[in-house]
Amino acid sequence: MQPNRSGRPRTALFDDPTFRGIVYQVLLCLLIALAATAVVRNVIANLARNRITSGFGFLDQTAGFDISQTLIEYSVQTSTYGRAFWVGLLNTLLIAGLGIVLATLLGFVIGIARLSSNWLLRNIARGYVEVIRNIPLLLQLLFWYNAVLKALPEIRESFFQGSGMLLNNRGLFLPQPVVGPGAGWVLLAFVLGVAATFGLRLVAQRRRELTGQITPQLLPALALIIGLPVVVFFVVGAEVELVYPQLGRFNVSGGVEILPEFAALLFGLVIYTAAFIAEVVRAGLLSVPKGQLEAAGALGLRRREVLNLVVIPQAKRVIIPPLTNQYLNLIKNSSLAVAIGYPDFVQIFTGTVLNQTGQAIEVVVITLAVYLALSLITSAAMNWYNARIAYPGR
Amino acid sequence: MIAVTEDDIFVRSQRVSVLPPPLAAAGPIGWARANLFSSPVNTLLTIAILALLVWIVPTLVRFLFIDATWSGADRDACLAGPHDEAGACWAFVRDRFSYFIYGSYPIGQRWRVDTFFAMLAFGSAWLLWLDAPRRDLGALYFFVVMPVCAYVLLNGWPLIGLQSVDTALWGGMLVTVVVTTVGMVASLPLGILLALGRRSSLPAVRILSALFIEFVRGVPLITVLFMASVMLPLFVPPAWAPDKLLRALTGIVLFSSAYMAEVVRAGLVAIPRGQYEAASALGLRFWRMQRLIILPQALRITIPNIVNSFIALFKDTTLVFFVGIFDFLKTIEVARVDPKWATPVTSATGYAFAAVFYFVFCFLMARYADRIEYRLARADRR
Repeated sequence: MQPNRSGRPRTALFDDPTFRGIVYQVLLCLLIALAATAVVRNVIANLARNRITSGFGFLDQTAGFDISQTLIEYSVQTSTYGRAFWVGLLNTLLIAGLGIVLATLLGFVIGIARLSSNWLLRNIARGYVEVIRNIPLLLQLLFWYNAVLKALPEIRESFFQGSGMLLNNRGLFLPQPVVGPGAGWVLLAFVLGVAATFGLRLVAQRRRELTGQITPQLLPALALIIGLPVVVFFVVGAEVELVYPQLGRFNVSGGVEILPEFAALLFGLVIYTAAFIAEVVRAGLLSVPKGQLEAAGALGLRRREVLNLVVIPQAKRVIIPPLTNQYLNLIKNSSLAVAIGYPDFVQIFTGTVLNQTGQAIEVVVITLAVYLALSLITSAAMNWYNARIAYPGR
Repeated sequence: MIAVTEDDIFVRSQRVSVLPPPLAAAGPIGWARANLFSSPVNTLLTIAILALLVWIVPTLVRFLFIDATWSGADRDACLAGPHDEAGACWAFVRDRFSYFIYGSYPIGQRWRVDTFFAMLAFGSAWLLWLDAPRRDLGALYFFVVMPVCAYVLLNGWPLIGLQSVDTALWGGMLVTVVVTTVGMVASLPLGILLALGRRSSLPAVRILSALFIEFVRGVPLITVLFMASVMLPLFVPPAWAPDKLLRALTGIVLFSSAYMAEVVRAGLVAIPRGQYEAASALGLRFWRMQRLIILPQALRITIPNIVNSFIALFKDTTLVFFVGIFDFLKTIEVARVDPKWATPVTSATGYAFAAVFYFVFCFLMARYADRIEYRLARADRR
C-alpha cells in the first residue's frame, strides 16, 4: 500500500475505522431519534384519546387522602399533592436514615462475629448471613408484618399494660416527653457537645501525628455529648413531663405511636441489609495482611490498639465502596414499603397520587428523578469520604 | 568412685510408643476449650448463645413439626390441632400445592407446564455442568430453542392443536420460573452488549450505554416495574398494548441487563491489554476479537458473579407482585387470606413454605458459584 500525502495508508472508505465509527454512531443516534419520535407521537395520541392533560399543575390540587404517618403538617381537606410529595419523601428519608445507621451497627457486629475465635458464635453468624441473604426481602417484610406484628394482641389485650407503654397490633405506644421552655438550651448543649467532640478528635489526631501520643477520647466524648446536655437540663430547671398513652376501648390516645408498618419495614430492611454489610465487613477485615497484625504485635501494641490503629484504618478503605452500594440498596429497597402499607414516597406518590390523578408520565418521571437524586447524593457523600481517607498518591 | 560397668548402662533399642496428648488438649474437650471457652468473654458468649438456642430451636421444631397439622380438608383441621398449641398448618400447603405451582393454569393443560419445567431443567443442567459435552449446543438450546418452544408450549398455538392460555391465568412457581428464565436469557446477551458499549471507543455508543446503565441502577426495581406497567402502554399504539406479564417482563429485563452489564464489564476489565493487542495484531476485527478471544476469557472468570446476579434476579422476581402478576409469593398471599384456610397459623405456614422454596434455590446457586470460583482459583494457581 502506498502512503498518501498525510502519511496514512490509502484504504477504501469503509475500511477506515474512523469513518466506520462515525457511520455507526450516526446510525445509532438516528435509530434512537426515530424510536423517540414514534414514542412521543404515540404518547400524545394516547393521552388525547384518554383525555389526560399533561403538565405538573396537578401538584397544586388538593389531595384529599389521609396519610397515616406525617412528619410535617398535613391535612386531608386542604393539603395539596405537592405537600403529599414532601410527606412521602420525608417518610422515605426517615426510614432510610434510621435503617442505614442500624444496619451498619448490626452488620459490623455480625461481620466481626463471623471472624470470632468462638466456634459457636462464628457459625451462628454464618447461619444468619446464609439464611437472610437467600430469602427475598419482600417475603421477609411480609413475614414481619403479617405473621409477627399483626399477630400481636388486640388493643384491649395490649402487652406491657401499666408500665407506661403499650404494644398491640396497632403499634407500639411510648410515653411522650413534653418539654418546658428550657428545651432549646438542652438541644443547643447537645449540638455544642457533638461539635466539641469533633474538634477534640481533630486535636487528638494532630497530637498523635506530631508526638505519637494517644489522647483518650471515649470518656471526654461521652461527657460532652451526654453529660453536657444533662447538666444544662438540670440547670434550666429539669422541666419535663411524660404523657402516657391511654388505653381506650377501640384506640389509644396520647403518647408517641410507632406504626407496625414502620417497625416491620425497619426490621426487615435492617436485618436484610445487615447480612450483606456483614459480608462486606468480613471481606474488609480479611483483606488486611496477616503480617500487619504480627508486626503490630511485635511492636508491642495491645489487641485494642492493633484493631484501632492498624486493622481498621486499612480495612476501612476496602469496606467503604461496597458499603456505599449496600446503602444505595437499602434506600432503593425502602420502596418495598408499598407491600405493607407504610406511607413512603412510592406508596404515597407513585401509588395513591398516580391512581387519583392518572398523570402517569409526570408521576413516574418525578419518582425516577427523586430516587436518582437520592442515589447520587449518597454516592457523592460516600465518594467524598472515601477520597478523604484514601492513601495519598494512589 | 564407682566404676560404671556394662550392666549399668541401659540403651533402649526400640522406640517408645507415643503417648496420647493430654485429654484436656485434644479430643472433644480440647476442642471445646480452644473453640468455645478460650477466654472469659468467649465462655460468656457460648453460654448466652446456647441459652438462646435452647429457647429458639425447640420452639421452632415444635411449631414446624411436632404440633403441626399434616392433613385435613379445611381450616378446622388446623384450629383443633392434635396438641394444645397450634402448630404449622401443612394441610393448607398440601391443599393449595397445585395452585402454588400452576396458578390458575387450566387443569387439563398443566402437562404443558410440566414439560416446560423438564426442558428448563435439562437446559440448565447442560449449561451448569462445566464438563458436559457440546456446551455450545447447550447454549444454543438454552438461549434460542428452549425460549421459542416454551413460548409455543405455554402460550399455545391453536394451529398445532395447543389451545391458547391467557397469561392472566398463569401463576405460582410457573410465573416465578418464567420471569426468572426470561430475565436470565435476555439479560445476559443484552448485558454483554451494554458492557461492550460502555467500553467502546465510539463516544456516542459509550455515553448512551453508560447513561442507560447508571440510570437503571440508580432507581428501585419497583419504579422500573411501575414505569413499564403504566408508561409502556402509552408508548405504543393501542392495538399493540402489551399484556400485564409482558410489561412486567420488559421491566425485569431492562433492570437485570443493566446490572448484568456491570458484572460483565468487571470481567472485561480483568482481561490483560496484551490479549486485545495480540488479537488486533492477528488482524481480527472488533466482533471476531470479542467472540474468539475476549469474551470466552472474560465470561469464564465472571461465571460466579453472573450466578450471583441470577440469585438477585430470582429474589427480585417477587416484586412483580406489585404490578398485578400472580407469582409464587402472590399466590401464597392470596391463599393465606382465603376464608377456607384462614387461621392464626396460616400466614406463618405459608411464609415458611415460601422461605424454604426461595432458600433452597438461592442456596444451591450460591454453592454452585462458590464451587466454580474455587475451581477457577485452582486453575489460576497451576
